[in-house]
Amino acid sequence: MKRILLAGGRLIDPAQGIDGDFDLLLADGIVARVAAPGILAQIAKAAGDDLEIVELAGKVVCPGLIDIHVHLREPGQEAKETVATGVAAAVAGGFTAVACMANTLPANDSGWVTSVIVRAAERAALARVFPIGAVSKGLEGKELAPMGAMVAAGAVAVSDDGRPVSNAELMRRALEYAQHFGIPVIQHAQDLDLSGDGVMHEGEWSARSGMPGIPGLAEDVMVARDLLLVEETGGRYHLAHMSTARATGLVRAAKSRGLRVTCEATPHHLLLTDRAVVEAGFDAQFKMNPPLRADRDREALLAALVDGTVDAIASDHAPHTSDEKCFEFELAPFGILGLETTLAVCLEHLVRPGHLALAKLIELLTCGPARVLGLPGGTLAPGSPADVTVIDLERRSTIEPRSFRSKSRNTPFGGWPVTGGAVLTIVGGKVVFRLAAVAS
Amino acid sequence: MMVPEDRLEARSSDRSAETESIAWRRKDLLGIAELSVAEIELILATAESFTEVAHRAVKKVPTLRGKTVVNLFFEPSTRTRVSFEIAAQRLSADVVNFSTSGSSQSKGETLRDTTHNIASMFPDFVVVRHAHHGVPAMLARELACGVVNAGDGSHEHPTQALLDALTIRRRKGRIAGLTVALVGDIAHSRVARSNIHLLTRLGAHVRVAGPRTMVPAAIASLGVEVCYTIEEAVAGADVIVMLRLQLERQRSVLFPSLGEYAALFGLNPARLALASPDAIVLHPGPMNRGVEITSEVADGPHSAILEQVGQGVAVRMAVLYLLASARRPSA
Repeated sequence: MKRILLAGGRLIDPAQGIDGDFDLLLADGIVARVAAPGILAQIAKAAGDDLEIVELAGKVVCPGLIDIHVHLREPGQEAKETVATGVAAAVAGGFTAVACMANTLPANDSGWVTSVIVRAAERAALARVFPIGAVSKGLEGKELAPMGAMVAAGAVAVSDDGRPVSNAELMRRALEYAQHFGIPVIQHAQDLDLSGDGVMHEGEWSARSGMPGIPGLAEDVMVARDLLLVEETGGRYHLAHMSTARATGLVRAAKSRGLRVTCEATPHHLLLTDRAVVEAGFDAQFKMNPPLRADRDREALLAALVDGTVDAIASDHAPHTSDEKCFEFELAPFGILGLETTLAVCLEHLVRPGHLALAKLIELLTCGPARVLGLPGGTLAPGSPADVTVIDLERRSTIEPRSFRSKSRNTPFGGWPVTGGAVLTIVGGKVVFRLAAVAS
Repeated sequence: MMVPEDRLEARSSDRSAETESIAWRRKDLLGIAELSVAEIELILATAESFTEVAHRAVKKVPTLRGKTVVNLFFEPSTRTRVSFEIAAQRLSADVVNFSTSGSSQSKGETLRDTTHNIASMFPDFVVVRHAHHGVPAMLARELACGVVNAGDGSHEHPTQALLDALTIRRRKGRIAGLTVALVGDIAHSRVARSNIHLLTRLGAHVRVAGPRTMVPAAIASLGVEVCYTIEEAVAGADVIVMLRLQLERQRSVLFPSLGEYAALFGLNPARLALASPDAIVLHPGPMNRGVEITSEVADGPHSAILEQVGQGVAVRMAVLYLLASARRPSA
């Protein structure tokens, strides 16, 4: 197998606490060596001729990014996305691994469906795909889905995401049973009675506009209930797309009590608020669930990101066709894309203004999510998978939905100018995405 | 874009000089939120001049001759549709009524398809009512013709607020400085929202009242005083606007029974007596007699409810007239 030497870049590997000039040698699908600049080139050239040297002066080399919350829509909704187009979008956005939710058609509630997804990912051979199985059969929130079979086929967690696990007993049993497999239960925390027919955050802007609201309370109540169940069961719980100030406080307190709780935040909840929905004239590109919240929620989420309460940034990449998204705001489906925008918008609007250190952002996109789901990777320590993302911090571009590799175009970030993004993505030692600017 | 401007500051309604100087430039009337004081005054002044048409022997002016108005009602409505129809006919326009219950989606047709179908028939104006917020704005973006919002979801019902304002001004001579109480389901009422925008902008002091389940606290950000008893809201009020309880839309979790609603928030003679002695009572109709309003009040000397209906035609004539003026090549 061809070896790759990534030379002259700035290596940032938060898992090892490294931020400095180092060269990286990838061989046999793993990270072979990390060394000071120049040393490896001599040794590697001497060792054989199947070596590609990529000069990365001025670029950042980091572990391959991991998005633990995406919807790949296959099987069943291939008009929105397929595993193949989803992983193509992933690697273009710098992601070398994704974990995909179970709300496919049929739902991923069996080892068989898990295998279908795993095989589709093998055929696509771009990013790694880790399926998340359903908590309940058919996502119906009634009976436990066969976790053992799904884990045996490759599932790394369970979630009914898109729907909350409303039934408290089912959540209790899932938290208990999942411990046999060492996997977390991922919750889309929302009390459906409180959210009702809401379509945007309930607050000043919903009151002003008359649009039906989803109160932050819908999330808070469910998180509070779940944390009691976690305390009782000792289970592993991961809160998906945390969006409210109160939820950040609840999770922070739970962590300090030693509960096995993790959580993620999305770029859109960190960067946008309910005001943007109004300013966009109720364009359904701004409709997702949980909804864009109030500014005080956004600020609390950012604070939780900085203080370590948040374990991972995840995009909740949720493709929908343009035909579906052009419906009236109230009727259009919830969800927006994220794989091809997450890194760029976070660099531009979290790192550049100084809200978040670059190394912290990389942590939240690499070893943070890897720890949440117990995934390989997330570090470039020798012996780790050769999954690498190279970032050009100076590259200026405009987010252009028409050129997305995803099958869908639904993003609120279209037209945003950004500086910085992935220019080279390597999975298992193989280059799977490369901008023309990065020559070997 | 429908970003409400800051309208907390009270303004004088005496803007006649300004009114004369401005020309109408909008293609559409989508809501009160985006209108300036001068634009509101222009509509009211124009409507005032149309009120006399109703008393002519021949109730017609030739302004919109050869123009087509499509009344596109996705939600059941009788009086608003008929009011728009009469307004268009008095302006000599041709009127087509297209009513369908349910959304376009329920027919398997996207709103965009419906819109393009309408566009292909080249109407000059589309008057639209829809159960979902923002549909008139979507149509306005897609259609070259003028679009009038005749009520969208819980968002806005601009011509209702304008006819309320015209009624108030004809009875009271002014709007600035009046105390106006809006009572009922503030959270889900498009009439309330348009009235709040309009009346606060013209300098009225607006109180809203209703059960706490129907009055979001955040509504105060629109510059209104929030009350939770009808007595508090109507005390000393110059104008009382009773909102229709949308029986067909209510979820039982918001209030326990019609009887209890009537007992706590219905306007009866005893509560009316708390208001200013020359207070007027408005209701957008259709009324639920015995629920939000008793017959003694609805049919009594303070009621201006039937006048509202008459002003509705004048206001809608004014809106169609002004939208047409914006579309004419500049004179």
